Amino acid sequence: MAIEHEYDVVIVGAGGAGMRAALESSQRARTAVITKLYPTRSHTGAAQGGMAAALANVEDDNAEWHTFDTVKGGDYLVDQDAAEILCKEAIDAVLDLEKMGLPFNRTPEGKVDQRRFGGHTREHGEAPVRRACYAADRTGHMILQTLYQQCIKQEVEFFNEFYALDLILDGDPQAAGEDGEVSASGVVAYSLASGEVHTFRAKSIIFATGGAGKVFKTTSNAHTLTGDGMGIALRAGIPLEDMEFFQFHPTGLAGLGILLSEAARGEGGILRNSEGERFMERYAPTIKDLAPRDMVARAMANEVREGRGCGPHKDYVLLDLTHLEPAHIDEKLPDITEFARTYLGVEPYTEPVPVFPTAHYAMGGIPTNVQGEVLRDNTHVIKGLYAAGECACVSVHGANRLGTNSLLDINVFGRRAGIAAAEYANGVTEIPSLPADASARLEETVASLRATVGGDGTERVAQLRKELQETMDRNVQVFRTAESLAEAHAVVKDLQERYKSIAIHDRGTRFNTDLLEAIELGFLLELSEVVVAGAEARKESRGGHYREDFPTRDDENFMQHTMAYKRADGTVDLDWKPVVVTKYQPMERKY
Amino acid sequence: MTATADAPAEVGAIPSMTVTLKILRFDPDGLDGREPGSEYWEEFQVEAHATDRVLDALHKIKWDQDGSLAFRRSCAHGVCGSDAMRINARNRLACKTLLKDLNPARPITVEPLKGLPVEKDLIVDMEPFFASYREIMPFLMTSGPTPERERLQSPEDRAKFDDTTKCILCAACTTSCPVFWTDGQYFGPQAIVGAHRFIFDSRDEGEWDRLEILNDKAGVWKCRTAFNCTEACPRGIEVTKAISEVKKALTTGEV
Repeated sequence: MAIEHEYDVVIVGAGGAGMRAALESSQRARTAVITKLYPTRSHTGAAQGGMAAALANVEDDNAEWHTFDTVKGGDYLVDQDAAEILCKEAIDAVLDLEKMGLPFNRTPEGKVDQRRFGGHTREHGEAPVRRACYAADRTGHMILQTLYQQCIKQEVEFFNEFYALDLILDGDPQAAGEDGEVSASGVVAYSLASGEVHTFRAKSIIFATGGAGKVFKTTSNAHTLTGDGMGIALRAGIPLEDMEFFQFHPTGLAGLGILLSEAARGEGGILRNSEGERFMERYAPTIKDLAPRDMVARAMANEVREGRGCGPHKDYVLLDLTHLEPAHIDEKLPDITEFARTYLGVEPYTEPVPVFPTAHYAMGGIPTNVQGEVLRDNTHVIKGLYAAGECACVSVHGANRLGTNSLLDINVFGRRAGIAAAEYANGVTEIPSLPADASARLEETVASLRATVGGDGTERVAQLRKELQETMDRNVQVFRTAESLAEAHAVVKDLQERYKSIAIHDRGTRFNTDLLEAIELGFLLELSEVVVAGAEARKESRGGHYREDFPTRDDENFMQHTMAYKRADGTVDLDWKPVVVTKYQPMERKY
Repeated sequence: MTATADAPAEVGAIPSMTVTLKILRFDPDGLDGREPGSEYWEEFQVEAHATDRVLDALHKIKWDQDGSLAFRRSCAHGVCGSDAMRINARNRLACKTLLKDLNPARPITVEPLKGLPVEKDLIVDMEPFFASYREIMPFLMTSGPTPERERLQSPEDRAKFDDTTKCILCAACTTSCPVFWTDGQYFGPQAIVGAHRFIFDSRDEGEWDRLEILNDKAGVWKCRTAFNCTEACPRGIEVTKAISEVKKALTTGEV
């Protein structure tokens, strides 16, 4: 039934991490990239402000300061060995992209220009430092295009609009124990264009499937960011790490969630409340509007809650760029100012822009070590299985990612995963065989969903998704309590039950996007449960996770990662994993 | 927040209205008694706000009325290039076109991009389009040893090709071009934009390889300066200007 393929390395996902991995892997081993979207549609292209690296092109800077900022920004949940690698390799990561042709903005001397970004400082917090390498406010676009162009040059083999839905492992990750061995053997995918099922046998598999922002209603994430890779891993018995940590980016266009880069504040933009006050001076006296995102988002939500919000419903604050020269705005922030004009009808030269936090980035994900190898528990890896980018958790972002560290993450750890996966594949003689029924689960899922057309199912995918996203926004956003989380938990469980009675409309085989959305919702429902379960268990406040009933950080009990396992009976169990500390002991986080 | 991605505008009581969308559909499977490959118009009415995007209206149809309606979309704010389509006979991104800019009192026609094979409803086969892009070798070509640090480039040199770096490969320009519609060999405006981005990059040394490709009978001389591409570009790239700069380089032999 299924169409069979075999490769040394199969990469799932063609955003920044997937393509950066492909550039390494395809030089060393026969590689295929399976991607739900055409590569250039990936959400890396929506990243705006920059990519951090201590190039010191415009002022004194070094990788150690960057590491410190990353650890402190992540509220000491960062694995410090991984952060050291991230910040050290950042410099070559940027230079590599430049050599590939990336059109960075330039200094008058012709070097890669750098600008300020939240939480990036000199001398361990003394003042903001210019560390973000950028190309106007479309740095992610340039990275995605450049990597795709290099993939064309290297003739990387893509399977476009192939939706990977199953990971085949040899061995049970939850039963293997101390001495057992689990290895990757293949991926099962569904061709959106034809409706055919394909199996890919491979020696190594890299997951680079991106985020899961669509568990929330107000989000900067694309419609397609439904956490598929995280969900596949979870179903395969692999734990997910730190899923309760979700970043709410301070400046989403109010009501829409469309991202307005932190670069707006890096270039001098100021947040103001209804009284015109620059309120960040109260929350972060030293670096003010350039405090890390979790602190700024909380401050904004707090201003609104205390009645100092703007607009007819007093439910947003204002991003003020009016004191900047229009020419400067046009040069450094052209896209985001166009978003304000197009979607809100606001002219940023003369009017402040309504903004409010928007769900932006999953700090958690599939646990890996610094080579990108996926962990099946706190210490054991699954041989031949790798993950990189937002779907992975190394963890370099800890409880709160610093702006510009994600474009860095995909390049550093995408590259590492690509090299490691190819080298591992080259050490394995035979491509693993797949069981005869490898594609059975996917075929059954597709057949049963298609059979719901015109059947007894009473539930609609769009309705369930809407209810999920609304409860997540209401209960699991910037502020969380035991009560709000309990409510979200109950709603998610109820929606999971109702999901069993869905009916779709489209019984066609080609481009059945109705079917696709139903499958995506399945992942969202499972991941939401993990996010909520982690948030309930973490009875402290740290980084992006703020519990009003436990408003302080509790290093004694919670300076550790959560590891969520889905059991065969469907329950979610939580375990804990120690944080790797090398140099930096936790301190109070003040800016 | 009160508003959502699928119904963005509750702020400040914007009145809702009924909008009619007239969609050119294509059924590859042959369902409901149709022949496989049937093309037909279908009308839908949706309740919408003037500030909603056409994409929001399409989602309302798909999510509440007819789940079989097929279209591509991802980022929903004009940067991924998935949802280029013909809206009221003009190529646009559905996520960047607001209903208020379309005269929603009249039915809004929505069709797939012209000149590429339709696969289902508003989804076209993008492969011929990407094949043209690959033809022009859209990657930096250099000779000599790789420098240790970055290659230097002055802000002035960087500015020369800034406009064409904005391209998101949505195909709105190429599929608005009357020459492309009638001549299957023509690379189309996007491929020329893609080439321009490297030809005028001071770091690149492959400009004459690309110019030679564009000098071909399928290349830049096919352009009749209709300006459709410039009008269609959702990123505001001056496509016709980029094409004329490539023509000039070919005529003068100077980049």
